[in-house]
Amino acid sequence: MQYAISILLSGISLGGQYALIAIGYTMVYGILRLINFAHGDVFMVAGLMMVYLSAALPLGLALPLVLLLTVLLGFLIERAAYKPLRTAPRMSVMISAIGVSYLLQNLATYATGGLPQMYPEIPGLSATVTIAGTSVKWATVVTPFLVVALVIALTQLINHTKTGMAMRAVAKDFETAQLIGIRLNAVISVTFVIGSFLAGIGSMLYFTNYQSVVPLSGALPGLRAFVAAVFGGIGSVPGAVVGAFIIGLSESVIKGSNWSVFSDAFTFALLIVILVVKPTGLFGEKVTDKV
Amino acid sequence: MKKVLALILALSMALSLAACGGGSGGSTTGGDTQQSGDSGSSGASGGDTVRIGVFEPSTGDSGPGGKQEMLGMQYANRVTPTVDIGGKTYNVELVYADNGSTSDKAPTAAAELVGKGVSLVLGSYGSGVSMAGGPVFDDAGLCAIGVTCTNPGVTVGNDYYFRICFLDNFQAQVLVNFAEEKFSAKKAYLLGELGNEYDQGLITFFEQTFTGNGGEVTKDSFPTNTSDFTTYLNKAVSVGADVIFCPVSIAYATQIIKQAAAMNLEIPLLGSDTLDSNKVLEAAKGSSVQLYVSTFYQEGGSPEFDDGIKAWLNEDSTAMTNNGGDDTIAAVTAMGYDAYYVALEVLKAAGSLDLTAIKSALPGVTYTGVSGAIGFDDTGDAVRDTAYIKTSDNAAGAWALETVQTAS
Repeated sequence: MQYAISILLSGISLGGQYALIAIGYTMVYGILRLINFAHGDVFMVAGLMMVYLSAALPLGLALPLVLLLTVLLGFLIERAAYKPLRTAPRMSVMISAIGVSYLLQNLATYATGGLPQMYPEIPGLSATVTIAGTSVKWATVVTPFLVVALVIALTQLINHTKTGMAMRAVAKDFETAQLIGIRLNAVISVTFVIGSFLAGIGSMLYFTNYQSVVPLSGALPGLRAFVAAVFGGIGSVPGAVVGAFIIGLSESVIKGSNWSVFSDAFTFALLIVILVVKPTGLFGEKVTDKV
Repeated sequence: MKKVLALILALSMALSLAACGGGSGGSTTGGDTQQSGDSGSSGASGGDTVRIGVFEPSTGDSGPGGKQEMLGMQYANRVTPTVDIGGKTYNVELVYADNGSTSDKAPTAAAELVGKGVSLVLGSYGSGVSMAGGPVFDDAGLCAIGVTCTNPGVTVGNDYYFRICFLDNFQAQVLVNFAEEKFSAKKAYLLGELGNEYDQGLITFFEQTFTGNGGEVTKDSFPTNTSDFTTYLNKAVSVGADVIFCPVSIAYATQIIKQAAAMNLEIPLLGSDTLDSNKVLEAAKGSSVQLYVSTFYQEGGSPEFDDGIKAWLNEDSTAMTNNGGDDTIAAVTAMGYDAYYVALEVLKAAGSLDLTAIKSALPGVTYTGVSGAIGFDDTGDAVRDTAYIKTSDNAAGAWALETVQTAS
């Protein structure tokens, strides 16, 4: 029983953390039709920045600064690597994204020397709590609630504000949105800012639980979050969240079973099955390809 | 105009990030020696320089360990930069090739060393890369001395691969004995990285010995880049394991220890030589995790070496960074140091830079280093019969010698 609860808890918290990354993937895809491969690495860089900043500044200052810098990084990546390619074929942008991903990973290797860096303790989040005999960190408990709160706030933003309306318009039809006077670049920037902000929050929760940050820390969570986004229907925010929780839970359950070796294989097998059976995912929009 | 602006932005971003890295990082393959190596004449007989190849990972999963091993060689090279071969004094030059911790990059790195005309090769940290690079050395007739690659497969069937460290079956045996003597362990939980020869090899030997003695094991493998280990640890608790054996690389070990600390794990963790790292120590500091590792060298074994290398680490910031930011001496560093001197002994015994002479001289070389006496058996493995078992003193954040364990 205690074992089952521990698996459930770890699954929910993993799911929550994947969800925060998956939202970034799904929003960028919804608007730009671009899979932003660098997103997982932005998440990793946020972790590293926290390691270095918390060593130099008090935590109260470091936390907001990390979020600010992560947002700035996401914004700059879009401006430098994606915007100049706006009119280029979609493939070029994707390759540019892969390039940025490798750039970030290698710079991180260079900066850290490849050594695992210890993530600082965040008061409150790092404290442990015992639930039904299983001792976990507060971060695990807080994650699902925080994710739900953030998603509600995000859907409000998308559905009830002018920026949100612009985002929806751009997502529906790129050219027409431009014609009716929507400032495309501003909307895209906002998307990246939101995505990076959530990745920043996600990195705080994730690394509080799994305390060592290595240059490849972002790779696997990033990939799983991407699968989650596809699973939920890429382009849909609630879909990404539901997908992420399903991926997180199934990962945890499989690891706890006798087939632990297959935990990753399952995740990616799921991706293939979804792509074959229901390419639009759980909540995906129906046929959007325009001629 | 806008394109130009974007380009400038892209460049400045790349540069500023690179600049951040430059402050704390610094090149691992130690600038000067390598540059002179590149520009110098190739061929083993060139001038008064003898080249020793360093076949180590400085990037990838094993990068941190590889760097610490290289530190030992670099320090030894600093202390003894020359060698007398056949009545002539040569300068020793270390030539680096990064095998990237992966089996697919290793043969290329090995070929690079062959191409640069080195007389002898040291390395690598990590058995998988050593096995992948081995055939290249074998074909070239170039002798390689493994420093801490403990998998038996490294030297078997390869006439040119030797090593100065103990083997995994020996190490596993030692740890099994320790688990049984200290904890009266009957059930063990074994955890390793999927597809990593080093982890899986040790786990197999541990399982064989442990079950042979009437014990019971549960095995799990996690995929590369995993960071959530709580489920595995909870599983160990639920199967009622007496010990957890996790011979994983440093990055995973730190995660496992941190998560074990968070869940107040009471089961002792046993680790292999890879866990003997100050990063692992840092992760365990202040927690209640019981951690035991088997290793090649315990600080204090040779005070002269300890003091010397600590002084060097404290004055050279790049070396300090490569050692993980403090001056705790990893066993692999001591082994790298010994390996360098074994290499010098081999060159002296060969009396020339001829690869055939080196090959015939190598098996007969003996040397007493900081990690103990070193000699070679018929397969090219080191003759060793003891391993140090260290435990982490979590209050002080230092290693303490638990026992000196033999295999029998």
